[in-house]
Amino acid sequence: MPAFSSAEYSAILLSLKVSLAATVVSLPFGFLAAYLLSYGRFRGKLALDVLVNLPLTLPPVVIGYLLLILLGRHGWLGRTLASLGVPVLFTWKAAVIATAVVGFPLMVRAIRVGMEAIDPRLIQASRALGAGPLDCLLTVILPLSIRGLVAGSVLMFARGLGEFGATIIVAGNIPGVTQTIPLAIYDYASSPGGDPMALALCLVSIVLSVAVLLLHEQLGRRMTRLD
Amino acid sequence: MELRLATHKQFGAFSLDLDLVIQGEACGIFGPSGSGKSTLVSLVSGLMEPDRGSILLDGTPLFDSGRRIDVPPDRRRIGIVFQQPSLFPHLSVRGNLLYGLKRCAPEHRRIDLESLVRVLQLEPLLDRGVNNLSGGEKQRVAIGRAVLSNPQLLLMDEPLSALDDHLRFQIISHLKAVCREFHLPFLFISHSMLEMRLMTEQVIALAGGRVTAQTTTEHLARERMGLSPVGYINLLRLTGMRLEGGASVYRWEGGELVLPRGAQETSGGLFELSSKDIILFKRHPEAISARNLLACTVVSLFESGSRTGVELAVGQGRLIAEIVPAAAQDLNIVPGSELYAAIKASAFRKLAMAEPGESLPDSGPVG
Repeated sequence: MPAFSSAEYSAILLSLKVSLAATVVSLPFGFLAAYLLSYGRFRGKLALDVLVNLPLTLPPVVIGYLLLILLGRHGWLGRTLASLGVPVLFTWKAAVIATAVVGFPLMVRAIRVGMEAIDPRLIQASRALGAGPLDCLLTVILPLSIRGLVAGSVLMFARGLGEFGATIIVAGNIPGVTQTIPLAIYDYASSPGGDPMALALCLVSIVLSVAVLLLHEQLGRRMTRLD
Repeated sequence: MELRLATHKQFGAFSLDLDLVIQGEACGIFGPSGSGKSTLVSLVSGLMEPDRGSILLDGTPLFDSGRRIDVPPDRRRIGIVFQQPSLFPHLSVRGNLLYGLKRCAPEHRRIDLESLVRVLQLEPLLDRGVNNLSGGEKQRVAIGRAVLSNPQLLLMDEPLSALDDHLRFQIISHLKAVCREFHLPFLFISHSMLEMRLMTEQVIALAGGRVTAQTTTEHLARERMGLSPVGYINLLRLTGMRLEGGASVYRWEGGELVLPRGAQETSGGLFELSSKDIILFKRHPEAISARNLLACTVVSLFESGSRTGVELAVGQGRLIAEIVPAAAQDLNIVPGSELYAAIKASAFRKLAMAEPGESLPDSGPVG
């Protein structure tokens, strides 16, 4: 196995950092979206459902391109961020946004599965005991959704480690700055003599994925015991 | 407590039309499944919205479609005990009990944790999780949780249906104790006539989404005697048991009744006796195998379905027997007739209802 240089180590660290940041940032939004889709009664619910799930079926490159327009100098979000002095495109923050958008439907789905398994009587009981909708959300639905939140986070984190298409468009492939594991593999695979390094990074990917899945199993088993 | 309902609610082909006034501290809502009982609970508590109409509790509108009033369930101060305990699995028994109390405005708090725990005997459960409690313990905690939210009105929606007979009567005594102790008005919803009679004196009968009667529980029970496969259930409070010649002899209303020796003898308790298990004789039968032969006087007669009910005065007690109308004619039974009632010793069945102050048998955890 070839020895990793600082560029490879930073790619591994960056992958972990981007995935983790994307997961943490998405969690409250994912919870809110899952709640609205599970319990909300409002116009435009179907539209929200489609919007949330769209990244699941859209090519990541399309998402990346749309984000590029949105975050670019002429996009409304890009302009706002630029005026605040926060450049986003071609930084690791852009990679976080791309990863979050692509993984979002997976996270929402996992949270919804957990949320919809909550006995509706518990929600009714909490309302009849004097809890308003927000109170009920925070004291009954949230704690009983923990399992779904964990599953959704793990899924998103694992998916994030593999994010490629959207990331390369909005964050580029700058070694040491925005180059994550998949981007580094792409670099090595397309350069002569890069195969051993590409394979080594593949191995790292596999190890990370297996570790995440084992962690998920472990957490699931612990929670079952707590029940 | 005064609850006024004038509501309409449509579900596909089924419609629930209510127009009633409930007054007093306790009222039963009786009806078969599908009669609209649970919908009534949802409408009153605000978990479901009527299509139109109004709901007033003690003069305050909870819902009024004309005035666009719909008080959300969390502001109605109406406690609910469901068929299933529906305890919060992520909270301890204490956490469950306090959930409603914490959300109750200080000026409405009159029941505190300590007195509730005493009445419902919850002390040993307080710090346990709710997932390893037995069915009866869970329902006791659910009752406590609803009561501790200091509601203006407690709705009990078939709170005993998920429990076995033995636990049912224990929980009834707890329900009665807690409502009496804290002067808590309640509506008791059930499809069981027996539960109804043990819980309330006033009752509203529902069928097919309409009110069919608003009367006393006793009257409704007599009316249903001829329709029910078990007839009318006489409830007898027996005391002072002594063993005599292989049988248990209990005191009842100035007389004595002979019952077979049971597996678990108690000094007394509540027993049930079906109107079908009483045989009437015009004259004293000389030889008879039934262990109980009581001299009695006919107080009144009533019709129920194809049967005639005979209300009998026995000592200071009352019993209802049922006969076919032809028998009433043949024996010339009229109010004032002197008769003999024969009852087999084995016809009595003990209801495992604990009396206040009597210790409750422990039941092991389930699940």
